[in-house]
Amino acid sequence: MTDTAATPDAEVEPEVVPGVPVTIDGREIIADEGELIIDAAERHGIYIPRFCYHPRMTPVGMCRMCICEVDTGRGPALQPTCMLECTPGMVVETASPVTTKAQEGVLELLLINHPLDCRVCAKGGESPPLDQTVANGPGESRFVEEKRHKAKPIPISDIVLLDRERCILCDRCTRFAKEVAGDPLIHFINRGNDTEVNTFPDDPFASYFSGNTVQICPVGALTSATYRFRARPWDLEAVESTCQTCAVGCRMAIESSRNEVLRYQGVDIDPVNWGWLCDKGRFNFEALGSEHRLREPLIKQGDAHRQARWAEALGEAAAALQAALDAGGPERIGVIGGARLTNEAAYAWAKLAKGVLGTDNVDCRLGDSLPAEAVLGLPQATIDDACRPGGTVLYLGPDPKEALPVLYLRLRHALVHDGIGLVEVTPVRTSLSDHAAVVLQHRPGEVHTAVRALLHGIPQGQDAGGVDPDALDAARARVAAAAEAGTLTVVVGTQSVAESPQWVTDAAAALAEAYPQVRFLPLVRRGNERGALEMGLAPGLLPGRTTLADGAAWYRTTWPTVPGAAGLDTAGILTAAAAGQIDTLVLLGADPLTDFPDRDLATRGLDGARRIIALDIFLNPSVLQADVVLPVAAFGEVEGSTTNLEGRISLLNQKVTPPGTARSDWEIAAELARRLGSDLQVASTDDLWNEAVAMAPSLDGITLELLLSPDASDGVVAPLPAEATPVPDEPADDAADAPVAATEPDEDADADSDEDAEADGDSEPTGPSTPPMVAFSAAQPLDPPALDAYALRLVATRKLYDLGTLTQASPSLAGLTPGTVLRVNPYDFDRLGVVEGQTLRVKSPRGGVEVEIVTDATVLRGTAAVHTNQPDVAVNRLIDATQPVTDIRIETGGAA
Amino acid sequence: MTITDAPKIITRRFDTPDSHTITRYEETGGYQALRTALGSMSPAQVAAQVKDASLLGRGGAGFPAGVKWGFCPPGVWPRYLVVNGDESEPGTYKDRLLMERDPHQLIEGVLLASYAIGAAQAFIYIRGEMALAQERVAKALNEAYAKGYIGKNILGSDYSIDVVMAWGAGAYIVGEETALIESLEGNRGMPRLKPPFFPAAKGLYMQPTVVNNVETLSNIPWIVSNGGETFAELGAEGSKGTRIFAVSGHVKNPGVFEVEYGVTTFRDIIYAPVYGGGIRSDRALKCFIPGGASAPWFYEEHLDLPLEKATVDKAGSMLGSGAIVVMDDTTDAVAACLSVVKFFSHESCGKCTPCREGTNWLEKILRRILDGYGRPSDLDLLMDVADNISPGIAWPPKQTTICPLGPSAVSPLASALGRFRPEFEAHIARAARAEAASAPAQAVGLPGGVA
Ligand SMILES: Cc1cc2nc3c(=O)[nH]c(=O)nc-3n(C[C@H](O)[C@H](O)[C@H](O)COP(=O)(O)O)c2cc1C
Ligand code: SF4
Ligand code: SF4
Ligand code: SF4
Ligand code: FES
Repeated sequence: MTDTAATPDAEVEPEVVPGVPVTIDGREIIADEGELIIDAAERHGIYIPRFCYHPRMTPVGMCRMCICEVDTGRGPALQPTCMLECTPGMVVETASPVTTKAQEGVLELLLINHPLDCRVCAKGGESPPLDQTVANGPGESRFVEEKRHKAKPIPISDIVLLDRERCILCDRCTRFAKEVAGDPLIHFINRGNDTEVNTFPDDPFASYFSGNTVQICPVGALTSATYRFRARPWDLEAVESTCQTCAVGCRMAIESSRNEVLRYQGVDIDPVNWGWLCDKGRFNFEALGSEHRLREPLIKQGDAHRQARWAEALGEAAAALQAALDAGGPERIGVIGGARLTNEAAYAWAKLAKGVLGTDNVDCRLGDSLPAEAVLGLPQATIDDACRPGGTVLYLGPDPKEALPVLYLRLRHALVHDGIGLVEVTPVRTSLSDHAAVVLQHRPGEVHTAVRALLHGIPQGQDAGGVDPDALDAARARVAAAAEAGTLTVVVGTQSVAESPQWVTDAAAALAEAYPQVRFLPLVRRGNERGALEMGLAPGLLPGRTTLADGAAWYRTTWPTVPGAAGLDTAGILTAAAAGQIDTLVLLGADPLTDFPDRDLATRGLDGARRIIALDIFLNPSVLQADVVLPVAAFGEVEGSTTNLEGRISLLNQKVTPPGTARSDWEIAAELARRLGSDLQVASTDDLWNEAVAMAPSLDGITLELLLSPDASDGVVAPLPAEATPVPDEPADDAADAPVAATEPDEDADADSDEDAEADGDSEPTGPSTPPMVAFSAAQPLDPPALDAYALRLVATRKLYDLGTLTQASPSLAGLTPGTVLRVNPYDFDRLGVVEGQTLRVKSPRGGVEVEIVTDATVLRGTAAVHTNQPDVAVNRLIDATQPVTDIRIETGGAA
Repeated sequence: MTITDAPKIITRRFDTPDSHTITRYEETGGYQALRTALGSMSPAQVAAQVKDASLLGRGGAGFPAGVKWGFCPPGVWPRYLVVNGDESEPGTYKDRLLMERDPHQLIEGVLLASYAIGAAQAFIYIRGEMALAQERVAKALNEAYAKGYIGKNILGSDYSIDVVMAWGAGAYIVGEETALIESLEGNRGMPRLKPPFFPAAKGLYMQPTVVNNVETLSNIPWIVSNGGETFAELGAEGSKGTRIFAVSGHVKNPGVFEVEYGVTTFRDIIYAPVYGGGIRSDRALKCFIPGGASAPWFYEEHLDLPLEKATVDKAGSMLGSGAIVVMDDTTDAVAACLSVVKFFSHESCGKCTPCREGTNWLEKILRRILDGYGRPSDLDLLMDVADNISPGIAWPPKQTTICPLGPSAVSPLASALGRFRPEFEAHIARAARAEAASAPAQAVGLPGGVA
């Protein structure tokens, strides 16, 4: 209910649906139309026991635990209440003698072959059978026969183990694998009493979503290698939070025991994750407790680091920043990273960098994201908008399964179960392609050509970026009709790290121009990239989606200073650093050497920066080069809020304390400001949020009070709809929060050092007013990049498991990186005289790598596809971030 | 004895040499009904004939075919016809013969039924083990395609249909129509829940689907040729026409016999020389199963009941699939009961808890009693476990299960224990004596551990 804007179908239902009157245990209740008895009863406080039923999956009615006497007018009969929809006048008895006898009978039958070693079972304490037996079990077993015996836990994947003796064959895991994840790798095998869950030989349950089966298994049959027997549920304490591993922002519970995080569990919220998590997000809690976590500040000494006290390290860091300011001014400082921060810390760092240091060389992205104006300025859609039954999605982005796994689950559900139509415009096929109505596969760097041809037809005598014209025709009518009907959502994101984001941005521009009413779901990938952008951690931006140009005056009212002109993005900062123009580089949880698409530029940039200050949780390759390393508190160790790719803000909670003396990122910002003779005027994350809400146009009205209210349990999408300013707020909120207007910004820096950040200033009608939010304006249409007939154009995409810091620090995940092969169309294979599986040298103007080459008929001719950021091959050596596309040649030895 | 002179309808070609070939079928009037129907009858008229015939389904439930055809929701297309040739009920072997000896009669019935309901495609699903039936039906389908009886614009009419054959993988449960549909779709053969998945509304690929038994459909050509009313002149009030019964067990002359439905009695079919020929070695009858393994047992006092659906239902059992299994006085009731229970336990698909766990438990207890390890409390335990599968142990059975297979294991148990309780007690007493004789320190000699 916190979604943006009015939905297109808001006014289509004139007649009211009255609901369905049914009687449950003598109580008249009103069920929803089509509601299952089991759900209606639960909503009215009557819990019917169940094993196989799961509200997010098709009911199968198998376990029979939920059977109750149901009378639909033909006399009472035992019926599974998880399968029957309420019909008017239905009478249900959930506790009658017949029902109770039947349910107890089912429970007994379920347990006759169940080990009943609950005291050592990982599920003990949260297992419905155990709970139900304790509640109404007979106490002693009448089953004197021998129980079923199976080999004890067998690994069914690298992460999940299955104990078939405990399994009660509820079909939840198997149904999840097939129906939700689309990875039908676990099945029922054998029959009758010999039925068991298993994988096919040599075909493990290698699913990105396998951990969900562990969570939904009602008994202890499925366990994860990470949690198995490490704690019992009653030892665990939990808080709710939001996963920050990627930008989907799945709601989860962080569970810990004795100050150690032991597992994450998905929490079901309607607009986002429906209770699911991906394995990367679920199991990378291991990284938090890693022995390799940074615990104490480090200062570089020669080629190594030595441990330092905070006072010394902060002093060094402040001195480095001051030195840069003294040497050449704010432009000599660059800040890269911030997508890992909380919203509050991002605001603190924006304020420190832009408002205290005055540099606009600030970028939370690493060269592979959509421009900030596109992310923040395109008309916004939510995940629910994209997945609304009957709609059409035009998809121009990366493979969502690899980049944003649970978004993939949502889209897949919408495609497979809710009949949405998908038109995919991508350079390589994605995990959604099989479900797409039309796949428009285009040459890398020509998505804009393909989209323009989709909108306006193929210009005479030209081709449409390599797209099949018939497919284009098929897609055109569909997209136009959906746009006309108001049911089109465009999902847009960067498709390859080997090309400039400009192409897909141009494609989005063309769409926004052709269909002004259509809404977009712009994909960002990194955890809180969206929140960092909202907080202004990008060149040319200030917090609240406002530009430097529009918002400078407004921010000068509160901030000591504001940058005079737009600064550099990450590629620009690295280029400047390589040229000796950056004196002090701050890495905010960023590892450009691994994560920036262009290894060469990253290397030269880090080498060229005079001093590097790194805030991180691990000593990754880039941090190793830092002069000052400041250990920070990680996810689960700090509180605050985060923003998902929809712009949905939700609360993060702290569960454990950070290791060693690690501090939160915002505290470090505040400390540095103080040492630089300024003051961020904040003493807590709450202060930061309050100030952000007061200042940032897009956060208007999203008070802490609102975020903490029950209405916001699904998060709040910013900005709030124009009319609906939230409930318990004083009327003139933002204007009142504006401190006294300042005419001379320089003096204002000093005048600010009282307590106006507490947002208690008086309104002053003549002061600057809230600046407008950035709008996405289309740039000039781009010409497609020139083709080189002898080269292959590279598409480099990410896999879920890569060299990412958290993945590599999580033992269960680190080994799951699939490695690198270069995939080429068989036609080019023959043309170039390559042999399948050969490892050859591949060169681009930037550099070369040795890589295994295989055929793949789904790759377009003239294209080469590769996964980047894998441990075996440094694909980022091939990419030149300053070039619009990456063309490569395969060195076959002979002529090519 | 009442051996009527009713004509043989579906088995009339059984003794003709090469009865399975299309030439012989055409020579003996084959495909004339199809010609008539496509030439001069509307689909509704064909359906009306079948309705007039009051043809009851021969697959087990005995539901009127004409009525079932009318359940397809109007205007929902495509529709499918599925032929249930999975015949696996112990003692039932009539469909196999119909497919082996007269496959074209079945195919003509399939075409007529498909025409009547407007099916776009028909599937003949044959039990996995029936190699000869599969071979003959496949060959017959090819012959019929070649002669233009199946395919596009059949016999020059507007009607087109494809008929395909599919076969099982050896599970009894795929005889249950929704499990059969699952299997046809390529899934594990496990029943769907009714409601909501009544095949007529949501069947194969969630489209309206009529499932009929092989014998049911084999009647259709004769009905269309001779008229539904002619068919209905045969038989008794609630059970029209003729019907095949398979007689097996302790009889002198086991076999399948087509008799006038509702008129012939159990005594006739078990004792008449032209049918079962009496009990082997002229021993005394102990009991008989009147309609397949899932039917409650009948005894001496039931012999003079006619083979008529309503009468048998009222007497507390069913004619089911038409399998009559006879047991003489040498039969051990516990062993017989175990044998039937074991069948269902083995054939349980495993989908629902009471059947998967319960039938197996029943089997284990019975095995233990038979092996001499029974306890007096086992008899109540048996009945209580049975009650948890089929609450009330009544007839017709109630069920906590998804399909009737689970309760099928309860019927023989209830019959045997109800009628022959002393035999169970004797086995248990034997166990008690053995225990008393053994060393007193030893605990109850149960096979396996104590839970
Ligand atoms: C456990 C079980 C097994 C069954 N096996 C068969 C079978 O082998 N053949 C058959 O025709 N019907 C079988 N049936 C009945 C079918 O479900 C269905 O009622 C029948 O095929 C309908 O055809 P009819 O109306 O022509 O009799 C079985 C039913 C159950 C519950
Ligand atoms: S392993 Fe767990 S979830 Fe899967 S079928 Fe068995 S009990 Fe259900
Ligand atoms: S999809 Fe993203 S947010 Fe959700 S669990 Fe996975 S990594 Fe976390
Ligand atoms: S009753 Fe038995 S055969 Fe029928 S669905 Fe349940 S387990 Fe399967
Ligand atoms: S919860 Fe309804 S049958 Fe399992």
